[in-house]
Amino acid sequence: MDFEMTAEQALIVDQVRRFVREEVVPLEAKLDPDASRLEPEDQARLVSITRAMGLYGLGIPPEFGGPDVDIVTQTLIAIETSQHRAGLYSPCFGAFGGAGLAQLYEANDDQKERYLFPMLRGEKHGFFGLTEPSGGSDPARAIRTQAVRDGDDWVINGAKIFISGADGADFGIVFARTDASKGRGGVTCFIVDADTPGFYVRRVVHTLRSGHYGTELQFEDARVPHANVLGEVNRGFAIANDRLTRQRIPYAAGCIGVAIAAQRMSIDYAKQRETFGAMLSTRQAIQWMVVDNEIDIQTARWATLAAACKAARGEPFRTEAAMAKLLASEGASRVVDRAIQIHGGYGVTKDFPFERWYREMRIRRIGEGPSEVQRIVMARDLFDQALY
Amino acid sequence: MAGVRLDKPWRALTAANVAGLAGELGVYQLADGEGTVIRIGYAGGRSLFGLRSELQAALAAGGGASQFRTEVTAGYMSRYDELLMVHVADFGSLPEGNADDARRRLGRLTPG
Repeated sequence: MDFEMTAEQALIVDQVRRFVREEVVPLEAKLDPDASRLEPEDQARLVSITRAMGLYGLGIPPEFGGPDVDIVTQTLIAIETSQHRAGLYSPCFGAFGGAGLAQLYEANDDQKERYLFPMLRGEKHGFFGLTEPSGGSDPARAIRTQAVRDGDDWVINGAKIFISGADGADFGIVFARTDASKGRGGVTCFIVDADTPGFYVRRVVHTLRSGHYGTELQFEDARVPHANVLGEVNRGFAIANDRLTRQRIPYAAGCIGVAIAAQRMSIDYAKQRETFGAMLSTRQAIQWMVVDNEIDIQTARWATLAAACKAARGEPFRTEAAMAKLLASEGASRVVDRAIQIHGGYGVTKDFPFERWYREMRIRRIGEGPSEVQRIVMARDLFDQALY
Repeated sequence: MAGVRLDKPWRALTAANVAGLAGELGVYQLADGEGTVIRIGYAGGRSLFGLRSELQAALAAGGGASQFRTEVTAGYMSRYDELLMVHVADFGSLPEGNADDARRRLGRLTPG
């Protein structure tokens, strides 16, 4: 594959890069090192800039008011927007908006009126409720939350865990088992209003990622109208699976951006820091770390762009997306680790972003499917069809 | 699993008690003499001497607090948000000293 940015892509990337360095990074200097949000007026100002750039609402299809930016360009942008301290989980503090819950684009007209359009206008917020205490890597079998039909309603009982944004949401997309005799063919997707009696956000789940938490949810006889079934009964897993595959590309891109930032800082530091009478940059031990960083970065970048190119062409890209996610999350973890080593004691202080990236990058090897699951996904494809 | 509420015993907000605090990161609550929480705060990565600095600042500022309690945690941001949400769930509103937090979109918890 020969990937070269088009002139338009190069312009956009340059524009976004300057936005990150000139607008976002300076704001972080006055925030707590673990902060994931800005003061409301600062956030509004950033959004006004991305709107003026014509890049607000990346990921929203053009027919729903989003900018007409293809997935390859979106990937290039995502590599840029994570290049700041909070960038891994809060790229540019949300200044580029987002697609929200992409599953709602497949909703019926009534559901679009009640949930999709208010979400796109910023009037409603949603959460994605898939993972359960019984497991997240194999959702088709791990889902134990049950929904039982009762007249025009479904009655939901069960629990979800590690759910981001549920405490502040107006509604959520919740996956529940509707046929116990089937595996992935017995799962249905529901839209659940947050004020539904019997729906509770029980606690914050504290993790390595202090500024951006997950929550634990409980459903106790939560009654949801049949009109809130998203898609078809017992066909919910396909909705979840499609999302998991697509999400792996921007997820990988975010890791790559942080790795690039860590590498840039490491090179700058090695050219300034003197030990035993010579610059760190002249030491072979340091040079090899920087070279290994570059190998990890370039490998992940090529794999991720290859996945995005296949997706853009409308070809199957599940294997490529899994490979990109695995290479980027594991490679970027190594890059951040080496960056800490190059910076010595400073590397583990909160004066620099590395310690935050180190903690958060550890989660990236698990989130959106751990490395082992990515290998399972690839192995299934390899044994089902010849790769070459 | 740690409890969602900060339910350690209150300590008198005095210079001697505050001086004995370690310079660690974490969360704290300030209360009046009746034990009514009047502010929830955190000592984050920019605080000079962690909880000790934050409580020294609170002591100097006055504001009606006469008691405090702390919890050392590296996850001070998520714990801070959790304590605010639990307070709203228990008492219906934020502590009077956290009025600024009403400006942002704070989540809702229903702790068991």
